[in-house]
Amino acid sequence: MSTDNTDTNQRILTYPEAVREATLQEMERDDGVIVMGIGVDDPKAIYGTTAGLQERFGEDRVFDTPLSEDGMTGMAIGAAQMGLRPIHVHIRMDFVLLAMNQLINVAAKNLYTFGGAAPVPIVVRSYIGRSWGQGPQHSQALHSMFMHVPGLRVVAPSNPYDAKGALIASIRDNNPVMFVEHRLLSDSTSHVPEEPYALPFGKARVQQQGSDITIIGISYMAVEAYRAAQYLKEVGVSAEVIDPVSLSPLDLETILASVAKTGRLLVVDNGWLTCGASAEILASVAENVESPVSLKRMGFAPVTCPTTPGLEQGFYPNAQTIAVMANQMVQGKSADWVPDEIGATEATEFRGPF
Amino acid sequence: MPDPEVIQDLYRSMLRIRGVEQRISDIYWDDKIKSPVHLSIGQEAVAAGVCQTLEPKDVVFGTYRGHHVYLAKGGDMNAMVAELYGKVTGCARGKGGSMHLIDLEHGVSGTSAVVGTTIANAVGAAYASKLKKMGIVIVVFFGDGAVDEGVYHESLNFAALKNLPIVFICENNGYAVHSPILSRRNSDNICEHARVYGVTAERIEGNDVIAINERVGKAVAAIRSGESGPHLLEIMTYRWMEHVGPGEDFNLGYRTPDERAPWTDSDQIDGLRGQIADDVVTRIDAEVLAEIDAAFEFAENSPFPEPEELYAHVYG
Ligand SMILES: Cc1ncc(C[n+]2csc(CCOP(=O)(O)OP(=O)(O)O)c2C)c(N)n1
Ligand SMILES: [Mg+2]
Repeated sequence: MSTDNTDTNQRILTYPEAVREATLQEMERDDGVIVMGIGVDDPKAIYGTTAGLQERFGEDRVFDTPLSEDGMTGMAIGAAQMGLRPIHVHIRMDFVLLAMNQLINVAAKNLYTFGGAAPVPIVVRSYIGRSWGQGPQHSQALHSMFMHVPGLRVVAPSNPYDAKGALIASIRDNNPVMFVEHRLLSDSTSHVPEEPYALPFGKARVQQQGSDITIIGISYMAVEAYRAAQYLKEVGVSAEVIDPVSLSPLDLETILASVAKTGRLLVVDNGWLTCGASAEILASVAENVESPVSLKRMGFAPVTCPTTPGLEQGFYPNAQTIAVMANQMVQGKSADWVPDEIGATEATEFRGPF
Repeated sequence: MPDPEVIQDLYRSMLRIRGVEQRISDIYWDDKIKSPVHLSIGQEAVAAGVCQTLEPKDVVFGTYRGHHVYLAKGGDMNAMVAELYGKVTGCARGKGGSMHLIDLEHGVSGTSAVVGTTIANAVGAAYASKLKKMGIVIVVFFGDGAVDEGVYHESLNFAALKNLPIVFICENNGYAVHSPILSRRNSDNICEHARVYGVTAERIEGNDVIAINERVGKAVAAIRSGESGPHLLEIMTYRWMEHVGPGEDFNLGYRTPDERAPWTDSDQIDGLRGQIADDVVTRIDAEVLAEIDAAFEFAENSPFPEPEELYAHVYG
């Protein structure tokens, strides 16, 4: 899972380029892979992730769908049963909610219900996230709801390298996979090898080693957590930063090993806390640690996401609030250090919803 | 020929919508409006023509492309512009933004950013109106894309089954985002479908505000008198601007300026202006401009919500 630093070319791609490359390479490898969804053949090509695929593979393998999320999800399931490997793309996770019956009652259930006879190899790509006035129905991150359901895999890579490897693994996997992309990661770049590679499910990435506290950041919060860890150096706090990448299954082993070392765990989710991924991680850690650890979590405020910028600012954790919380966990509640905000511009510079 | 007063009302209504949205488009790059806007410029005739036939107590339901419906039904302009600015004086206290307008006092139900959603909600409102004998007619606006959704079909079926006082207004602007209608359905048969469910349906061509006004007026009257159940009007119209955002989008290549030309040439605002005496036009234009100036000033000068508002309204 570690970045291939032996590649001296250090080929750099953006997140959408990595997603596109994974899709393209898998479509070349297996002619059963199809890409469908509202706007996949659109001039804006889902942030560029599907650009040129229709020209390359034809309208039968890459197609726009009617605005029929429920029916089209059922259709993807039926196609998968007959040997295709559909990738169903949604420009907002909010729209996946129209397809919950097919996803939860059918896709997640079929393999088990039919005693192993009916696998459903589909990938559901959907975008979550903040950005600029998206408000109540265009910003929801509901990965935790999907984690709740046995039979679904959930992955939420936070960098292009992991996105490519996790998408290839998702396409090759025989289970329904919720592949969660955060809009603010669209401009992120990293080294991405050209050769196809699959990341194993259930393997976390340790982004930075540290000894005082473990900070887990989910999806885009992996970026904010990493930034927070850089801030924390200023006050001598050494943070270990972990991106789970795969939420279901979860790499508890890596998390427990880290917590055994640091004795403190802060989970920062890009989502609500109640019954959420953060709750799941903390509970699993609490159940499995040998000696007591200090546990905390951060995530969305327990409210609907407001549209107005000032309130929206208070809705999300950020590197600053994460650093303050982590510092207090290490130095005690009275620590009143607040780092100067630097760098983080995705949220403020993002323009427009597409 | 409609009454001159109706012509003036329709003209004023369309001009208010055009004027506000043009202003939004002009100032958008200042970044004071921090929420996506789906402009209805070019489609004003639909909202104006329909809403002119309604009584204040009637209730309209709409979508993220809802400025025109909100304004035409009598929604408060100050509160709408303030909402776009994210100000606490906005119609949803800044929490909703452009896609979530509401003005219950004037019969504007809250709009949704998820396609198809409010169609079923409107049917529920019509059910309540009938059950409680409120005499309220419900009108729901949605796009040609929404008819792809299952909920649209389920809603039409139920409305016909229960003979509900509802008018379905399909604003057919030919596209769902950038997908033309015939890339999403086998044929151009929205009205035919509706009739099969038992909904009286007709298409109105050419974005013609007078035709819209007359024909919707007849449908509303028939529903109000109890003579008939649900109606669907498929109104052919055209979105002049990009799907979302303040500008044009011909650079994307999915449509051409030539395709738009007949729609701008038959601009309904210009058309009605020619039918109204010059001095009246001058007066209406000045009044509308003043109203718009005041609304933007109101929004500019209004405060943002206090931070504690983040936690308000989660439960009632
Ligand atoms: C359920 C759902 N799916 C997809 C979207 C994304 N989306 C927003 S507007 C739109 C097109 C809708 O087209 P139409 O109903 O014709 O309305 P128009 O925008 O043309 O007014 C789409 C696909 C959405 N908001 N909701
Ligand atoms: Mg449309």
